[in-house]
Amino acid sequence: MLAFLFRRLGQGLAVVAVMATLVFVGVYALGNPIDILISPEADQLEREQAIVRLGLDRPLWVQFGLFVKSVLTGNLGISFVHGVPAIDLILSRMPATLELAFVALVISVGVGIPAGLAAGLAPRSLTGRAIMTGSILGFSVPNFWLGLMLILLFAVELQVLPAGGRGETRDLFGLQLSLLTVDGLRHLILPALTLAIYKASLIARLACAATREALVQDFVRFARAKGLSERRIVGVHVLKTIMIPVATVIGLELGSMIAFAVVTETVFAWPGMGKLLIDSIYRLDRPVIVAYLMVIVAMFVVINFIVDVIYTLLDPRVRVSGQEA
Amino acid sequence: MHSLRQILLVLAAAGSISTVQVSASYGQELKVGLSAEPSAMDPHFHNLTPNNSLLRHIFDRLTHQDENQAVIPGLAQSWRNIDDSTWEFKLRPGVKFSDGSDFTANDVIYSFCRAPRVENSPSSFAIYSRGVAGMTAPDPLTLVVKTAGPYPVLPSEVSTIFILSAKANGAGEVTFDRQECKGIGTFPKTEAFNAGTAAIGTGAYKLVRFTKGDRIILERNDGYWGEKPQWQRVVFRPITSAGPRVAALLAGDVDAIENVPIQDLERIKANPNFKVVQGLSARVIYLHFNYVDDAPPGVADAGGKNPFRDKRVREAISKAIDRDAIVARIMGGVAVAAGELLPSMMFGANKDMKAPKADVDGAKKLLAEAGYPNGFTLVLGAPNDRYVNDGQIAQAVAQMLARVGLKVSIDAMTASQFFVKRTRREFGFWLAGWISDTGEMSAQIKPLAATPNRDKGWGTTNPGGYSNAQVDALLERAFGTIDDGKRAALLAEASRVAMADYGVLPLHFEIFTWAMRKELSYTPRVDQTTEATLIKRAP
Repeated sequence: MLAFLFRRLGQGLAVVAVMATLVFVGVYALGNPIDILISPEADQLEREQAIVRLGLDRPLWVQFGLFVKSVLTGNLGISFVHGVPAIDLILSRMPATLELAFVALVISVGVGIPAGLAAGLAPRSLTGRAIMTGSILGFSVPNFWLGLMLILLFAVELQVLPAGGRGETRDLFGLQLSLLTVDGLRHLILPALTLAIYKASLIARLACAATREALVQDFVRFARAKGLSERRIVGVHVLKTIMIPVATVIGLELGSMIAFAVVTETVFAWPGMGKLLIDSIYRLDRPVIVAYLMVIVAMFVVINFIVDVIYTLLDPRVRVSGQEA
Repeated sequence: MHSLRQILLVLAAAGSISTVQVSASYGQELKVGLSAEPSAMDPHFHNLTPNNSLLRHIFDRLTHQDENQAVIPGLAQSWRNIDDSTWEFKLRPGVKFSDGSDFTANDVIYSFCRAPRVENSPSSFAIYSRGVAGMTAPDPLTLVVKTAGPYPVLPSEVSTIFILSAKANGAGEVTFDRQECKGIGTFPKTEAFNAGTAAIGTGAYKLVRFTKGDRIILERNDGYWGEKPQWQRVVFRPITSAGPRVAALLAGDVDAIENVPIQDLERIKANPNFKVVQGLSARVIYLHFNYVDDAPPGVADAGGKNPFRDKRVREAISKAIDRDAIVARIMGGVAVAAGELLPSMMFGANKDMKAPKADVDGAKKLLAEAGYPNGFTLVLGAPNDRYVNDGQIAQAVAQMLARVGLKVSIDAMTASQFFVKRTRREFGFWLAGWISDTGEMSAQIKPLAATPNRDKGWGTTNPGGYSNAQVDALLERAFGTIDDGKRAALLAEASRVAMADYGVLPLHFEIFTWAMRKELSYTPRVDQTTEATLIKRAP
């Protein structure tokens, strides 16, 4: 187990390093950010001085070397636009994104698994067909369109929910969370729903397919022959089996929900990391873009590791060991 | 189905309760949706419009600008020239910082020392403090400023430098020196302003909280020296995407928004709960040429010459463009066709410069005379997300040029790419926009139409290298003329000369739009900024 952990860690670090290098060079190639940052009225002298202040006068390899050096001391660079450490910017935006992703995940699992199970148990019934048809709609509707429609319906027409932004927050162990206030929850509903509908549909379809597969397997037949109640068969044995593929997908989707909720965050003016990334790309704020992607890759590595561990808990046949992982 | 209806009912109930709460608190609080976010609350960190516009609520300047960018008294009550290169500012007595300390000339000297020296600043205020060669305070309410020579733009340039409290930042008696000021202690860091601890000014509002990406909360400064602001509390929310910004207004999340997309104007106007306020802005959309390169990028079939160096070609291009049609069809009437680079009511503008009328036959004739009876091929570079409908304007220009036989293709891209390429001179012909901080003709001519010159800081946004000795000479004379009347006349003449030479082709001035609840009113500013003190409950 320990060897597995170390190998995973090593692989993770290598991925982070390769990615950081690629993004650093890629954003450098996009052009000199000074043209976007500086006041259009700046004269030639001020332009030269600003370039020196931001360290953009140095050749690429020197800039990259300095970046590597500062990363090794735990500093991922200073934002060109904000003048503060990039990692601080990202961390200050993280609670908003995590909160949104968490609520969306709860909704999508809470809706997706029961719906998929129901559809899988009775695929030919009206409910089953409705769920499967609905899920096609759910994951083919574009995210931004869905968000805008929800805003139009609930915020502009019915005026029951706010159109965007984050509500009131409350401090919990130093984290600013809006989950804990009524105003915060009201602001969370629409963006979380927008994010959740696609995932819920995906999970429902997966759960449905897995259920249908599981129902014809021997262990279910044995259970039935043994006279176990239908409730126990479905609620324990089938559910546990279908959770294996579902857990993988949830893990991956949670990662993408945190990392790339960009569209939803933009539509709802949600002050999360995705919005920070998009704004940074528009302003060529290289330190923030690089640091953000480093954080995200690290997060994916961790999530995948957790998913691997969860496999072993769900299916004892899967073993995590130094040899075979 | 039953339970769904129940949920909807509960949601509706929750919504109606909160609506009641909102309307009860409304009256003291104003919520504004902004189209761009300030990058810091440090008033000297980033010289860019979103920052400057917001920080004006918290910090004052020696001079202020009215809604037409004319210079008016701010922290300085009056100013006069002792001689051509010495200015005396009489400061406003009885002004207090939000921490209760008195405002004196020492605070001004301190602020001018810090403004050009902020760590990691992506765009510093050095361009506006550089004119100051010396600064002394004979008494606490008198400030004497020395300039290297005649420097007529000083009162207008000091309107951009925000005044901090020297005392609150731990400085003592400050001595001004261009290289190294004395007595300043350690300058506060940008983070200290973002956190609010250093954000102490004399402005109408105080900073309560700055949450990046989310909101900026201000509270009325009850000790403010000027007219008492109407709102107890102001919340600015950056909602950078246009659609969500309009939705936030319609849903009642915010009371007012800036920069309303043209396609939503009718919808808002049709709604009896809202109104639209429009004001002419000083931003001019213009076409510029590459004169420097013998073979400008994108130009072909031009007989191996740079066609833009021929005035007849430039004039033909100007004549081919129907500015009124662009305003009417592309801008939905929300723009004003331009005949020069600054609207007529501003300093140094001509009163009688009408936008040229389209003349297709005249344009064809001029092209034939210049040796291009069959036209030539060119590429028009343009941003597509920076100015109002910029991509469509470029397309319209291309079609209009096609009518006179020019073969134009468009290279439109996102602003960050566009500006990088423009600086690298990768365009032969491009469309861009310009608005200045000081709002006078010199701030249009100097960057766009003066010969690039590093020592003078001229021609900074003239990468194509347009050069006209007469324009340069008039500008030089204007910069040496202290008398405002004579200076305005010189600048107006410089503009006439540049326009008659078709060095830069102005297309139109943008009209900036705000939308708000119908009981509010706004005095539009030509610099396109949104100031809470100008949003009033309509009488």
